[in-house]
Amino acid sequence: MSGPTLVVLAVGALVASSCAIVGTFLVLRRMALLGDAISHAVLPGIALAFMMTGSRAALPMVVGAGALGVVTVFLVEALHRSRRLKEDASIGVVFPALFAIGVILVSRYTSQVDLDIDCVLYGEIAYAPLDTISAFGRNLGPKALWVTGATLLVDLALVLLLYKELKMTSFDPALAAALGFSPVLVHYALMSAVSVTVVGAFESVGAILVVAMLVVPPAAAYLLVERLSAMIALAVGLGIAATGLGYAFARALDASIAGGIASAAGAIFVAAWIASPRHGVIVRVARNRALARRLDGELLLLHLKDRAAALPLDAVRRRFGWTGKKVGRVVAELESERLVTQDNGGLAITPEGARSLETAGTAPLAHSG
Amino acid sequence: MTEGGIVISYTLWNVLAGSTILGVTGGVLGCFTLLRRQSLLGDALAHAALPGVCVAFLLTGSKSPLPLLLGALAAGVAGSLLILSIVRWSRVKEDSAIGIILSVFFGLGIVLLTRIQQLPGGNQSGLDKFLFGQAASLVASDLAVMGTLSLAVLAAVVLLFKEWKLLAFDRTFGASLGYPMRGLEIGLTCLLVVVVVVGLQTVGVVLMVATLVTPAAAARQWTDRLSVMTVLSGAIGGISGASGAIASGLVSHLPTGPTIVLVASAMLVVSLLFAPNRGLLWAALRERRFTARIRRENLLKDVYLFGERGGGRFEFVSRPALMGERGLGGAEIERHSLPLLRAGLLERFGDALRLTPAGLVEAERLVRKHRLWEVYLTRRLELPPDHVHRDAEAMEHALSEAAVDDLDEMLGFPEVDPHGRRIPRREKAET
Amino acid sequence: MNPTHAAEQPARETPGPAIEPTEAPPALEVHDLTVAYRTQPVLWDVDVALPAGRLTAVVGPNGAGKSTLLKAVLGLVKPTTGWVKVFGAPYAEKRSWVGYVPQRESVDWDFPTSALDVVTMGLYGQVGWFRRPSRTHVATALECLDKLGIKDLAGRQISQLSGGQQQRVFLARALAQDARLYLMDEPFAGVDATTERAIFALLKELRREGRTVVAVHHDLPTVPEYFDSVVLLNMRLVASGPVATTFTQENLQQTYGGRLTTLSQAAEALLHRRPVDKK
Repeated sequence: MSGPTLVVLAVGALVASSCAIVGTFLVLRRMALLGDAISHAVLPGIALAFMMTGSRAALPMVVGAGALGVVTVFLVEALHRSRRLKEDASIGVVFPALFAIGVILVSRYTSQVDLDIDCVLYGEIAYAPLDTISAFGRNLGPKALWVTGATLLVDLALVLLLYKELKMTSFDPALAAALGFSPVLVHYALMSAVSVTVVGAFESVGAILVVAMLVVPPAAAYLLVERLSAMIALAVGLGIAATGLGYAFARALDASIAGGIASAAGAIFVAAWIASPRHGVIVRVARNRALARRLDGELLLLHLKDRAAALPLDAVRRRFGWTGKKVGRVVAELESERLVTQDNGGLAITPEGARSLETAGTAPLAHSG
Repeated sequence: MTEGGIVISYTLWNVLAGSTILGVTGGVLGCFTLLRRQSLLGDALAHAALPGVCVAFLLTGSKSPLPLLLGALAAGVAGSLLILSIVRWSRVKEDSAIGIILSVFFGLGIVLLTRIQQLPGGNQSGLDKFLFGQAASLVASDLAVMGTLSLAVLAAVVLLFKEWKLLAFDRTFGASLGYPMRGLEIGLTCLLVVVVVVGLQTVGVVLMVATLVTPAAAARQWTDRLSVMTVLSGAIGGISGASGAIASGLVSHLPTGPTIVLVASAMLVVSLLFAPNRGLLWAALRERRFTARIRRENLLKDVYLFGERGGGRFEFVSRPALMGERGLGGAEIERHSLPLLRAGLLERFGDALRLTPAGLVEAERLVRKHRLWEVYLTRRLELPPDHVHRDAEAMEHALSEAAVDDLDEMLGFPEVDPHGRRIPRREKAET
Repeated sequence: MNPTHAAEQPARETPGPAIEPTEAPPALEVHDLTVAYRTQPVLWDVDVALPAGRLTAVVGPNGAGKSTLLKAVLGLVKPTTGWVKVFGAPYAEKRSWVGYVPQRESVDWDFPTSALDVVTMGLYGQVGWFRRPSRTHVATALECLDKLGIKDLAGRQISQLSGGQQQRVFLARALAQDARLYLMDEPFAGVDATTERAIFALLKELRREGRTVVAVHHDLPTVPEYFDSVVLLNMRLVASGPVATTFTQENLQQTYGGRLTTLSQAAEALLHRRPVDKK
C-alpha cells in the first residue's frame, strides 16, 4: 500500500473512531438529529474563524465550531423550553438559519479564497496526504492526520473522564440530577465534543457524511451488543471497517471516497439489521412465528381442558377457522410434546398438557403493560 | 425590461417566480409536517432524493426535469418506507433511523454523482443544482414543472384538508370513522416528497427543511385555527421566497437559498416575540402587568388593615409603617401608590397615605375575598387557621366577583374569618 | 351462535351474561378473541356478549388488555384468533352505529383547533370525502356541546380547556356521532367532580334512549354506582354480567391477582351493604 493511501486510510479511521465514540451517545440519547444539526450549523463558526485569522489554521476553526455547537444546542433548547415549538421543529428552524448565515458569510466575504462550500459539505479525503503542515522549519506531515488525531484524543478524554456521568444521564437523567450530577453540563460537554469532532472531520469527509459516521456504525453496534462499553468499541470497529471497505469500493468505481465510506457504513448497518443474532429481522421473524405457533397450541389446549369429551378435528377447524393443514401442524406439534392424545373420538388433553397451561400465557399479568 | 431603474432580468423573474412558488407550497404543506412532528423527515427526504436523481439520469440520459423528479420521488418514497421499517423491525429509534437514511442515501448519491462525472457528456453541473440549489439556473421549463406540481399539491391540500387534519390530530378516531389513515399518511408523504423535489433546485438539500418548518412555525404563533394557519404559512413562505429572491438579485454575492431562509427565520423571530397572545413579549408584559396589579392591591389592603387595627379609624398611614408591614422598600411603595392615587383610591399627605371612600370600598372588596377564602379553606378543606393565610394571599387576586359571591352563598354568608376578623359585606351599589 | 357456544363450554366458571328474550342481536359480541403484540399475548381467549341498552364497565389491572379490547372491536388491531361482532355484523358494516371516545392523552391538545371544531370531527363521517362541514353540521356540533354544558367554550382553543372540559369535548364529539353503541376509554379519568356528575348524567340519558355504553373504567368504588354490568378482564375474561352478581370480592380478587386494596374492598362493601372484612 502506498504512502498516500495509508494516510487516507489513517485519516478515515481516525475520523470514524472519533465519530463513533461520541455518536454512540447521540444514538442512545435519541439526539442523532441534533448531531446532524450541529454538523451543518458550525459553518458560520468556521467562516468567522477564517475571516478573523485570514487562514485555514485548524485551531481557530475548531474554537469557532465549538462555539457554534454550543450556540446551536442553546437555541434549540431555548425554543423548545419556551413551549412555542416542539423539539423537532426547534432543530429544524435553528440549523438551517445558522447554515444560511454561514453560506452567506462565505459567499460575501471569502469568495476570493478557497474556503468553498463544496469542500465543506462533502470534503475530499483524497487530498489529505498533500495538505501538509510545517512548523519549526520541518514538514510535520499531513495536516489532516494531526487534526483528526487531536479530535480523537479530545473525544477519548471526554468519554474516559465522564464515562459514568454520560452513562447515567443517558439512561436516567432524573436520577442523575437527583444524585447531584448535572445532566445539563454533561449535555453541553457532549455537544461541544460533537462540534469539535465534526469540524475535525470536515476536511476529510465533509459535513453531510460526518452524520453517517456519527450515527450509522453506533446504530449497527446497538443491534449487536448489550453493554455500553462493548457498543462503543464495536462502533469504532465497524466505523473503521466501513472506512476500509468504502475506500476500496470508491477506488474500484473511481468515485467519491467519502460517499463510498458512507455507503459501506450503510451496508454494514443493513447486515446487522437483518442478521443480528439477537435483534435482527431474521431472528425476529422466526421468533414471532414460533410465538404464534405456541399461542395456537395453547389456545387449543385451553379449549380441550374445559371439555369433558374429546374434540373431533373437524370441530377444531370450524371453531378456530384454521385450515386443515394448520390443524394438522398444531396437533402434530402438541402430540410430539405429549400434551394431547388422539383417538377415534378426537383430541383430548393429557395431564402434562394441563400442567403446561398453568405456566403458559394464561396467568394474569402481575405488572403494568 | 426596466422598472424604475432596476433592471429586472429574465433570470430574476424566474428566480422570483420559483422562490415564491416554493415558499407558498412549502409553507402550506409544512403545517401538516409540523403538527405531526415530522419536521425533520423533510430533511431526510431532501437528502434521500439525490441517488434517485442520479439513477434517473443514468437510466434516461436526460437532464430534463420530469424524469429527474420521478427519480427523486421514487428515492424519497423508498427512504420514508425504509425509515418506517427500521423503526418497526428493530430497536433503533426514529431519530437514528432518519439519520441513517439521510446520510447513507446521500452518500450513495455522491458516489453516483462522482461516477457520472467520469462519464463522457456526464457534465454534472446540471445535477449539481440539486445539491446546493442554484436558483439562478432556473429556466422557464423548470418553472412550468414547479408550477404544475405546486398547484397539484395545493389542490390536494384543499380537497383533503379535513382528512389530513384528522390524521394529524386524532388518527385513531379517524380510523374508527372509517377513513383509511394509512393511505392518507402515504399520500401526505408523497406530497412532501414532491415539495422537497420542487424546492431542491431553489434552496438546495440542507436548507430545504427550513422552507417547510419555519413559515409554519411562524404562522402557528398568530392563530389557533388550522385553516388560518395554513393560509398564513403559505403567505409567509411566499413573502420570504419573493424577498429572498429580490434581495439576492440586488446584492452581489448573496446566494438566493440562504437569503430566503434568513428572511423566513427573521419572520419567525418576529412572530415568536410579537404575536398577540402567544408572543413571548406579550407574555412577559402580561406577567408584568399582573404582578403590578397584585402589588397595588396589596398596598391598598395594607392601608386598610392599618385602619382596621386602629379600631376602624381610617387615618393617614406613614410610609415607614407601610414599609414595615410587608418589608417593602420606600421606592416600591412610591411606585405602586401612584396609580392608586391617580385612580382616586388613595390620597396622600407628604409621604403618608389614606384611603378615600372609593378606596375603602375597593379595599373591603379585596379583604372580603381573602377572608372568605380562608373560611372556605378552614371549613371545607379543614385546614388549620394558621395554614390558610398564604393561600388566601394568592387567591384573593385571582378570584372573580362572581366566584366570590358564589362562595359567600355556599358558605352561608359568614360574618367572621378563622381569625375572628370581620368579613366586609358585599356592596350593593357601585359608585 | 350462543347456544352452540354454551353446549361446547359446559364448564365455564361464571354464568354468561343474561341474554334478554328478544330477537335483537347483542350490541357487542366477542368470540374467542386473542390478540398478541410482538411477543406478548394481550388478550387471551375472551368471550363476551353484551346486550343493548346497558351501561357496562370494563375493569382490570394495568396491561389487562382493556384498551386493546376496544381497539379490537374497532378493527384497529388485528386479532390473532377470534372475531368481534357489533349488532350481529362485523364492525366495518355497522361503523355508523358505533362511537368511540379515546383516552384523553391520546391527542396533542396543543393542536390549533377549537372545541367546536373537535366536535364537528365527529360528523365527518356524514360530511363525506372532500367536502366541508355545512352550517347544519356546525349547528349540530354546537348542540352537542350544549348538552355537555360547555356551549360557551365552543370557540376556545383546546389547550385552554381544563381536563374535565377536554373530556366533555370528547364526549360531545361522541354525541355528535349519534351512535347506538359507545366505546369509551377511561371517560372518568382525571376529571373534576362536576364533570364526573355531568358525564354520569349523560350516560343515564344515553341509556334512557336505548343506547349502549361500554366503558373502560379505572375507579372500582364507582362501578356499582354508575354501571349496570361489568366485565372483569385480566388478559383473560374473569367474569362478565350484571354488577350485582358479578362484582364480587372473589371475582375482583381473581382479576387483580392477590389481596385487594382497601378501595376495592370498600367498593364491594358498598355494593353488598356489608362492613369491610379485615382479611
